[in-house]
Amino acid sequence: MITHSYSQEEKPKNFTQRIGGTNLTIEMVGIPSGSFSMGSAPSEEKRKEDEGPKHTVELQEFWISKYEITWELYNLFVNRAIDDIDTSNKSTDINIEVDAISGATIPYVDMSLGMGTREGLPVGNVTQYAASQFCKWLSAKTGNFYRLPTEAEWEYSARAGTNTAYHFGDDPKLLGEFGWSYENSQDTYHPVGQKKPNAWGLYDMHGNVAEWTLDEYLPKIYTTRDGITQSPLHSTTKEYSRSVRGGSYYDDAEYLRSAARLGSNENWKMRDPQFPKSKWWNTDAPFVGFRIVRDPTIPKETEINNYWGK
Amino acid sequence: MNNLNNKTKMKSENSRRGFCKSTALVGAGLFLPGLEMSAMANVFNDKKLKIAVVGCGGRGTGAANQALKADENVELVAMADAFQDQLDNSLLNLQKEFEGTKKVNVKDAHKYVGFDAYKKAIDQADVVILATPPGFRPYHFEYAIYAGKHVFMEKPVATDAPGIRKVLEMAKIAKEKKLNVVVGLQRHYQNNYIAIADKIKQGDVGKIVSGQVYWNSGGVWVRPRQAGQSELEYQMRNWYYFNWLCGDHILEQHIHNIDVANWFIGEYPISAQGMGGRLVRTGKDHGEIFDHHFVEFTYPSGAVIASQCRHQPGTWSKVGENFQGTKGSIDMNDAGAASITGFDGEKLFDYRNRNDPNPYQVEHDRLFASIRNNEVISDTENGAMSTMTAIMGRMATYSGKVITWEDAMASEKLLMPSELTWDSTPPSIPDANGNYSIPTPGVTDVLN
Repeated sequence: MITHSYSQEEKPKNFTQRIGGTNLTIEMVGIPSGSFSMGSAPSEEKRKEDEGPKHTVELQEFWISKYEITWELYNLFVNRAIDDIDTSNKSTDINIEVDAISGATIPYVDMSLGMGTREGLPVGNVTQYAASQFCKWLSAKTGNFYRLPTEAEWEYSARAGTNTAYHFGDDPKLLGEFGWSYENSQDTYHPVGQKKPNAWGLYDMHGNVAEWTLDEYLPKIYTTRDGITQSPLHSTTKEYSRSVRGGSYYDDAEYLRSAARLGSNENWKMRDPQFPKSKWWNTDAPFVGFRIVRDPTIPKETEINNYWGK
Repeated sequence: MNNLNNKTKMKSENSRRGFCKSTALVGAGLFLPGLEMSAMANVFNDKKLKIAVVGCGGRGTGAANQALKADENVELVAMADAFQDQLDNSLLNLQKEFEGTKKVNVKDAHKYVGFDAYKKAIDQADVVILATPPGFRPYHFEYAIYAGKHVFMEKPVATDAPGIRKVLEMAKIAKEKKLNVVVGLQRHYQNNYIAIADKIKQGDVGKIVSGQVYWNSGGVWVRPRQAGQSELEYQMRNWYYFNWLCGDHILEQHIHNIDVANWFIGEYPISAQGMGGRLVRTGKDHGEIFDHHFVEFTYPSGAVIASQCRHQPGTWSKVGENFQGTKGSIDMNDAGAASITGFDGEKLFDYRNRNDPNPYQVEHDRLFASIRNNEVISDTENGAMSTMTAIMGRMATYSGKVITWEDAMASEKLLMPSELTWDSTPPSIPDANGNYSIPTPGVTDVLN
């Protein structure tokens, strides 16, 4: 039996990220360093082959956003209206020019696909590249180093110290209290934070929109891990396939489990009629959004594109 | 009372008859893509099919990509565009995508640039893709059909009534020649729409009495004026903002949703009235089109459809359709949601689009399978009639008057010149300050 451990003393303090030039903020939750058991046991109901074998992963402390990133936040990046507004109390972890970051194209169609972009609704249909560029832009705006979570960080955060199928236990019947799945969503995503959080205070880890991670989706990657794996990350420059976690409003309960993994595929852009297709937008994946991580460890300049994409 | 009901019922069933036939054709092909069927047919029909693309923008290139994936034994042999750079980019992207195959084989001599380029490209091919701005479509389609080619053409198929009449005339000749024509109204090839159409056909929603169709979004690109650019080139590069080329966004995009109304009701409207204007997108860069339209379309059966389209960033957006029938309501959106709800709130039907095929690809799969199997797909007539519906909507918003189908269809107003060279003066020219003339409701004459 693998034990998981984490230390509250090493938990970084929660904080609120302000964004100069707007009233919008991002709540960031400190996640302690520690180790956990990644993946699921063969006995877990509806588990898939790609979730095993279970193995121990050790992670450094980081912060993760309490909620999925919303359209309002993402549109700050798309519209670029606040780029020139000076932020005086910028942090100094990262120093890049906002102007150096290319902006997402404005899509021809409504990328919420009718589900709306009003206050609190999670962004969907953004590519993993676009989500990463949002992180890069936010880093430039704030001076903090933001990026997408790795698969391991995501699962560690979702589990919040648990080892069960969901962070609230094993019974999918309780899912309605904690998340939006096909069962209760009425075919649409919902404002973030309406359901109960997990033990670490994170909302919508199960359901609502599925969430991009940094990793390439490699179904057999766990079989290559031995002993204790330190901060695993398998980044890629290939577009397909990248790993998505947490399941969505459009998924059945089994896909919302903490260990469940999903790889992106070309069908997520199938109705992009243009060629080449947009690198910023999916047209058929409104069920995929993201949350962000702030990493206190700043990578070397040569490595930073592993986190932000090229 | 009973009699009246029966009469209404019969009438609506009769008017649906043509509609049933056409959906059955699409439905059967789609649900039985005929892998075995077309494989068998291929034994007897393994001719290499040569493709030409006319209009090499993002959509033309996308359609070429799908066409090349729709059949094993196909080859892109010719391309045409008004602009050399656009053609070159398109070819480069396709070469990259099909590297290692022999599917992209466009000789330098078969890259045609200019206004007449389409003729030479069409001459080279068995199947042609028509994807220029819609104003050109009737002329290109006419040439392709007279030349005996199978056609994939993008919607809309014209920008004015004379263009529609030309396309309808060609529809007959295409049928006589047994030519396949697929029109890029891809919802007809999309499973959630087909599923709802089947439910309507089975009577599950009763008679459709009203509906709301939407294309509300933020708008499209602007390509800034370049130094030394002629007015004609500027307009061609920014074709979206000029009616002779584009037909306004009620036509270019919202046609999809208006077409769904026509399809589901099984009729074309008899009149339209509405309002529209420019409130947000009012710059010199924005040519002459409106940024919002609201139209009521009235159908022979009495159904009234409210149609909205808007290009205003930051406003409520939706691309999709709702309909109210006598037995229940239909709700569809671009995410693939497709449901029927009874008036007691109970969900009668809920379509889940997990793993559905790409309708843009299905269009081409069906086209090529049909050619191989010696079948005939005829999307032209519906494509033209739905285009005309959207044109009638634009006529209503530009004029502020009630426009009847008869008057709209008989209109001699020609937006698109039949002959164009780089020396031509475009049909719309800016005033001394660089502003274009904007339609004024109550004043503008849209019919003559």
